Amino acid sequence: MSDYNFAYLDEQTKRMIRRAILKGIAVPGYQVPFASREMPMPYGWGTGGVQVTAACLVPEDRLKVIDQGADDTTNAVSIRKFFQRTAGVAVTEATTEATIIQTRHRIPETPLTEGQILVYQVPIPEPLRFLEPRETETRKMHELEEYGLMHVKLYEDIARHGQIATAYAYPVKVEGRYVMDPSPIPRFDNPKLSGNCAIQLFGAGREQRIYALPPFTKVVSLDFDDHPFHASKAPHDCDLCGAKHSYLDEVITDDAGGRMFVCSDTDFCSGRRTAGHIGRLGTDPAHSRPHPSPTNAEGGSLPPRGERMGVGAHRQVGSA
Amino acid sequence: MYVAVKGGERAIDNAHAWLAEERRGDRGVPELSVAQIREQMRLAVNRVMAEGSLYDPDLAALAIKQARGDLIEAVFLIRAYRTTLPRLGTSNPIDTAKMTLDRRISATFKDLPGGQVLGPTFDYTHRLLDFALMAEGEPPLSPPPEEAVAHANPTQPVPHVASFLNRDGLIEEAAASDATPIDLTRAPLELPASRALRLQALTRGDEGFVLSMAYSTQRGYGRTHAFVGELRIGRVAVEVDIPELGFAVEIGEVEVTECETVNQFKGSKTEPPQFTRGYGLVFGQTERKAIAMSLVDRSLRWNELGEDNTGAPAQDEEFVLYHCDNIQATGFLEHIKLPHYVDFQAELELVRRLRREAQTMQEAAE
Repeated sequence: MSDYNFAYLDEQTKRMIRRAILKGIAVPGYQVPFASREMPMPYGWGTGGVQVTAACLVPEDRLKVIDQGADDTTNAVSIRKFFQRTAGVAVTEATTEATIIQTRHRIPETPLTEGQILVYQVPIPEPLRFLEPRETETRKMHELEEYGLMHVKLYEDIARHGQIATAYAYPVKVEGRYVMDPSPIPRFDNPKLSGNCAIQLFGAGREQRIYALPPFTKVVSLDFDDHPFHASKAPHDCDLCGAKHSYLDEVITDDAGGRMFVCSDTDFCSGRRTAGHIGRLGTDPAHSRPHPSPTNAEGGSLPPRGERMGVGAHRQVGSA
Repeated sequence: MYVAVKGGERAIDNAHAWLAEERRGDRGVPELSVAQIREQMRLAVNRVMAEGSLYDPDLAALAIKQARGDLIEAVFLIRAYRTTLPRLGTSNPIDTAKMTLDRRISATFKDLPGGQVLGPTFDYTHRLLDFALMAEGEPPLSPPPEEAVAHANPTQPVPHVASFLNRDGLIEEAAASDATPIDLTRAPLELPASRALRLQALTRGDEGFVLSMAYSTQRGYGRTHAFVGELRIGRVAVEVDIPELGFAVEIGEVEVTECETVNQFKGSKTEPPQFTRGYGLVFGQTERKAIAMSLVDRSLRWNELGEDNTGAPAQDEEFVLYHCDNIQATGFLEHIKLPHYVDFQAELELVRRLRREAQTMQEAAE
């Protein structure tokens, strides 16, 4: 694809996005307006995340793309292919081997490490949007740190349901200042936002906003003293790998109410099965869903893991 | 046991192959050429150029072919291509008074300098299916243009209708400005928007959305009381200043539709009674869009004219500008068909828990 620049976007556009990212990192949780471009995939398919990833990618990167926690969902496949085609970067399904992970709706189960970047696709970046539809109003509310409306909403939930009835995109407060939408991740994932070693970047293409959490940022899920936040998941273990504390997908297996629960993080699950963990319905990993070995754009296999140690060193945004 | 519910690369490749086959249709029927679409589906081409914000009839025709006639999909192809193009320079503003006219009508004056030119319009056709077209017969050639129409002397500027009213001070002054407007495709939309920015958003906005917004103002949701002062369609020269030469050079021409409405205005606290203006300018012969745009433009100007905000949707800048773009709208609307099982699982778990607790409470009450 020599018709297009490395990672599709032209260098001026990348600069503009990098400036927005840097501003976002300087003011954690603040939504930075940026001149989002029309991308060759539709708005709603992750154009914000794709632009952020394109602006961060360097040729040495190793990219992982997940959607709903899985590497093999159609849109994850499509975005990964896009960057293989336009940037020729190596790709991987292993969380630990990736330098950049673009995600939709999940944070990987395996803890991230320093030097990694997690890029979230964000549909509606404004946590106050469904309380106040006007952008002109919500920006003012953030300026004035006027979050009373959000607390009233959470209180009304408790008054009506006895608990806060928000299962995903659960609002958080960043470093005691900005209320932020963590993108539609299940609230099970919220605790992983805080104190994370990785850089977390959020891109909303259609809404033209970028925001960020630098490493080790304090992120608190909104709650009340007498109704503390708790991460929740289906009360089961993974039927394939037996994991007790991973987020689960529910799979309907027949038309008589039969169902099974499996890790939504496919890399985490296959890693556990390879290590010999077997769940209720699991089989020998050699015969169940194979874990494809990571390949680069040309289809060759990747250099050994040891070579990725200098992850942080090459990540210089010097031209921005 | 475990069904592979998650899609993969092969599924995508197969879907694309099937799509290509469907696009071609019955191979017993000759394939459409891009030139045929460009020449014979010209109004579709115009719409794609207008909403795609790129004046290129060949590429618009290609996009329509590739999109199987789905015009929003075609607009999307053009937009995605457009963003990759380098910006080589900025043209001078086009001068629509110097337009080579194909059509020029005024609803406010019976006759006027430059004349009324009906042009190639559907306006007075009877909407009867023409089965002769089905028989694929060639229509008779139209007679050559008469001497009287503007074609006879294309170098003679045709003044705008609003300028006649302006001479008597009956219509608001539209002050000329050399300020460089913000480029909507290069800067994030921030509100309140200038009129130039609003017009940019409207001209590339969805024709159906802008039409319905305009229609709503006619039916009383923020009335606009509009007359079509003038509607003109034709070709204008595009000129670019070449610094090395020190003068402007014509690099080509574009076809545009321009509509200026004259709107009744009884005056406000700040403005005297006079006629006010609404403006529409769209690529190609796209008069429905241009008229609709001028009504919505006028409606959005309530604040600067000191009118009351009646709470009508077409007066609400944020509502109109954030929702008029069909590429943004269709993307967000259709994305709900992407996998959401993580969110749905979270909701399932919540609803099950709420139901459990409601049941426990009900049992306790009994």
